[in-house]
Amino acid sequence: MIALENVTKRYGGQPVVDDVSITFGGEGVTALIGPNGAGKSTLFGLVGRLLSPDAGRVTVDGMDVASTPSSELAKVLAVLRQDNHVAARLTVHDLVEFGRFPHSRGRLTVHDREHIESAIGYLELGPYRDRFLDELSGGQRQRAFVAMVLAQDTEYVLLDEPLNNLDLRHMTEIMRLVRRMADELGKRVVIVLHDINFAASYADRIVAMRDGVVVADAPAREVMRPDVLAAVYDTPVDVREIDGKPVALYYG
Amino acid sequence: MTALATPSTSTSTPVRPRRAWVGVLIGVLLVALALTGLFVGASDVTPGSLASGGADGDAAFLLVASRIPRTLAAVLVGASLGIAGLIMQMLVRNKFVEPGTTGVSEFATLGMLVTIVFLPGLAVVGKMAVAAVFGLFGTWVFLRVVRIVPVRQLVLVPLVGIMLGGVVGAVTTFFAYRLDLLQSLGQWSQGSFATVMQGRYEFLWIAGLMVGVAWFAADRFSVIGLGEEFATNLGLDYRRVVAVGMVIIAVITAAVLVTAGMVPFLGLVVPNVVSLIIGDNVRRAIPWVAGLGAVFVLACDLIARVVRFPYEIPLSVIVGIVGAALFLWLLLRRRSRAH
Repeated sequence: MIALENVTKRYGGQPVVDDVSITFGGEGVTALIGPNGAGKSTLFGLVGRLLSPDAGRVTVDGMDVASTPSSELAKVLAVLRQDNHVAARLTVHDLVEFGRFPHSRGRLTVHDREHIESAIGYLELGPYRDRFLDELSGGQRQRAFVAMVLAQDTEYVLLDEPLNNLDLRHMTEIMRLVRRMADELGKRVVIVLHDINFAASYADRIVAMRDGVVVADAPAREVMRPDVLAAVYDTPVDVREIDGKPVALYYG
Repeated sequence: MTALATPSTSTSTPVRPRRAWVGVLIGVLLVALALTGLFVGASDVTPGSLASGGADGDAAFLLVASRIPRTLAAVLVGASLGIAGLIMQMLVRNKFVEPGTTGVSEFATLGMLVTIVFLPGLAVVGKMAVAAVFGLFGTWVFLRVVRIVPVRQLVLVPLVGIMLGGVVGAVTTFFAYRLDLLQSLGQWSQGSFATVMQGRYEFLWIAGLMVGVAWFAADRFSVIGLGEEFATNLGLDYRRVVAVGMVIIAVITAAVLVTAGMVPFLGLVVPNVVSLIIGDNVRRAIPWVAGLGAVFVLACDLIARVVRFPYEIPLSVIVGIVGAALFLWLLLRRRSRAH
């Protein structure tokens, strides 16, 4: 279980995450939604030990993030940030291999290799394994990053806007994959999404943030209501039922 | 669920051509150049003269006292400077940095000047240590500057470094001029193997040792090359690995400086060429970078010795010309690709 207790993070006196207490890990897929600047990425940074909170405590399976060795946390928690620019010329296989680093510390065992192979297979990257990352399309590259996270073989997986800059097909592909990771592999995925309809159709639970605080936290269907969404995004959102699924319309 | 069972794209993957033959070529060149280097010079050393003179002959003496040390020095300098460049490029995540474009060499030279002025009697190993400490400081300053001044364009990063180096170099020149030490300083700012002989190159083995350290920690440097966020996520102590990398860079720079002087561009060009061929996975790249770096210096040293035979021109002149041409090519090539 990932638990935040009264966590606050300020930038220049301004709280970006304001006294937030929440737990993740009870559901397969949790979507984190909210407008730009709501504090979603900061929250991920705090859980992923890239930022330290000004107040409060973050624990993963009872381990305090601030005091537990980073190498231990890396075995239970994987974070993929948004907009990953990798300058180094690495192949897909190299990248996925580095996902095993918390377990192998650079010396790969047979067990590590099995994980690498299955991650590459799971994301169907077999044909591209020897390609350099800069020779891949955006969708393929994003899959390679997800494969790396998968090879890390952690119970908790945090994905920060993994659908950025992807076309419709690749977005759907990634979301299906996230669902499979939860259902078939038992992962606990927390995913930041901008498209609330993706959140509604793939997530078990939706957490909405605004101005550094959690304003809604409920099963997907309960958050998909015009009044809730309008309050989160400060813009009118209509919600219609299509084939029994709630669909948000916000195109004006 | 068979949702992902369909192939995601229709493009067929071109089978990556085996690059092994390039590796073999580097190995063969390395051996050939090293052997040639043993028999090229003002004095006559040939397999024939060695055979006729026996183990005590002039030729044998020259071989052991001068030619073999010189060849070893060239190999060590080339290999270690290549690795210093590679590690630095991983730490900064920029392909255009090396000790010479980041002010590290200039700081180390300033350290040399300090030892000449304040500790003239210091043994060479002491001078090297002081130069290494200054180089370490220089690396730190550069990393700080790049962190504080977020440089948006990749090519601006080395420009910042060159400016930094220029300032430090100017300070060094000023004091050297005032203290009438410009000439001694010139000895280091111009790389050459002319003075390398038995007993005067052995510190380069320390640089060689650093190559070993780099190889040992290769995967950590690869992960660092992915950036701080990836490194932290994978449970790596980012600061510690960066610190180890800084020490490797500083020690190599200092060891090369006290024995051969400044050798520009090598640390930049060699890792870039290797990166084009086999990529940036440090563990895979290290033998290539070391081998190609050694070939590069051996070849340049050989040219420096034969262009005005029997006189020599400074190695740094040849390295500068060849390296600058390669650098320009890399730069223009990179521009032509949509990056």
